[in-house]
Amino acid sequence: MESYYDRKDLPKFDEIAKEAPELGKKFFDYYASVFSEGDLTEREKALIALAVAHTIQCPYCIDAYTQACFEKGSNLAEMTEALHVAVAIRGGASLVHGLQMRNVAAKISM
Amino acid sequence: MTDLDDALKELPRSVDPFALTLHRHNLELKRARTTILQVNVALLCNLTCKHCHLEAGPQRSEEVMNLGTMEKVAAFAERGSFEVVDVTGGAPELNSNIVAFIELLAAGQKTVMFRSNLTILTDEKRRELLESCCRHRVAIVGSLPSLNVNQLEAQRGSGVLEKILTALKRLNSIGYGQPGTGLQLDLVCNPTGAFLPSSQHGTERKFRFDLQKKWGIVFSNLYTFANVPLGRFRQWLSASGNIDKYMEKLASSFNPCTLEGLMCQKLVSVSWDGYLYDCDFNLAAGIPLGGARNHVSAMEGPPMPGTPIAVSDHCYACTAGAGFT
Repeated sequence: MESYYDRKDLPKFDEIAKEAPELGKKFFDYYASVFSEGDLTEREKALIALAVAHTIQCPYCIDAYTQACFEKGSNLAEMTEALHVAVAIRGGASLVHGLQMRNVAAKISM
Repeated sequence: MTDLDDALKELPRSVDPFALTLHRHNLELKRARTTILQVNVALLCNLTCKHCHLEAGPQRSEEVMNLGTMEKVAAFAERGSFEVVDVTGGAPELNSNIVAFIELLAAGQKTVMFRSNLTILTDEKRRELLESCCRHRVAIVGSLPSLNVNQLEAQRGSGVLEKILTALKRLNSIGYGQPGTGLQLDLVCNPTGAFLPSSQHGTERKFRFDLQKKWGIVFSNLYTFANVPLGRFRQWLSASGNIDKYMEKLASSFNPCTLEGLMCQKLVSVSWDGYLYDCDFNLAAGIPLGGARNHVSAMEGPPMPGTPIAVSDHCYACTAGAGFT
């Protein structure tokens, strides 16, 4: 089925730097630094990335970081828990705005 | 058409044959001093794991090494001055002569490694085997691909995790894996799908923490190995539509630095019927040592240093990333 998203595009990500090589290099250098081991392990960073990927609903990122999480030693239960952290924050963020609704409602209500 | 031709035909167009990749890097795979004799005492197994390159299973009841061949293997181990004998399968526990074989090897003062899927090692029926392993300080190498019950059991069969944990606790209770006992309990962790293994160091640290915290289990060392695209694993890769992507991943992860530490440079593998191969994977692929079927009884000693090692495209699995040592 034809789609705007094609998984074969994912390995070609670095082609995005062709029209702006300096900016591309800066981004990819930064990206590599972000995901290398620091105070957080590469495994923990991949779990965060997987959770964020679901929040921004990026199919490329979900594909890449599902694979990366396995290859960094996480299992499916841990990955699912990470996803639920993202879901809880995303859901909680919507819900907490309900206070704004309540404030507005209170202001315009008798 | 040979099996090798079949394999080449199945390679994605983006992946070069392994031999060509070696040539491009100006590399050759040759033997060093061969010190390890790996012995496949049975293709018979109680499990039918999806990642098994040998397609071992309960239906392979005829492919079991007999005592006569074991005696010839033990004699070869002596003639060849091998330092380590690595006993594997299938499930080596299911060979009815396994205790006699370990005693034979121990009489020749060989260091013995015993590979187990752990699910039947500590059955009451294996009491004598376990006693023999303990007495002769046989290192036990147990397979534990994941601590996630669903992933593990999807690969190895339902109810497997509970049996493995029971076995590990039992092994710990008799001293295996405990510091200072000299009874080595190593774990082998293969990925539970079409992806590369995580780093050995990180996985060992995590397994050590999780096994201790959740079940009070300890072990000596953990090794991570890539799944080799042969046998039942290859069939699964093809059926699930993962074969091309997996081969591309292996080939793109080729690391020339891994060649120096590859196990095939210091190991020969013997099949259940006594024939020799450069490694367990060439055995599974039917690529014999030196290009001809050589029986263990006809070999004066191990292959000479400098002897070329037969390669095929499954070798990408051993040379990907950090390698397979």
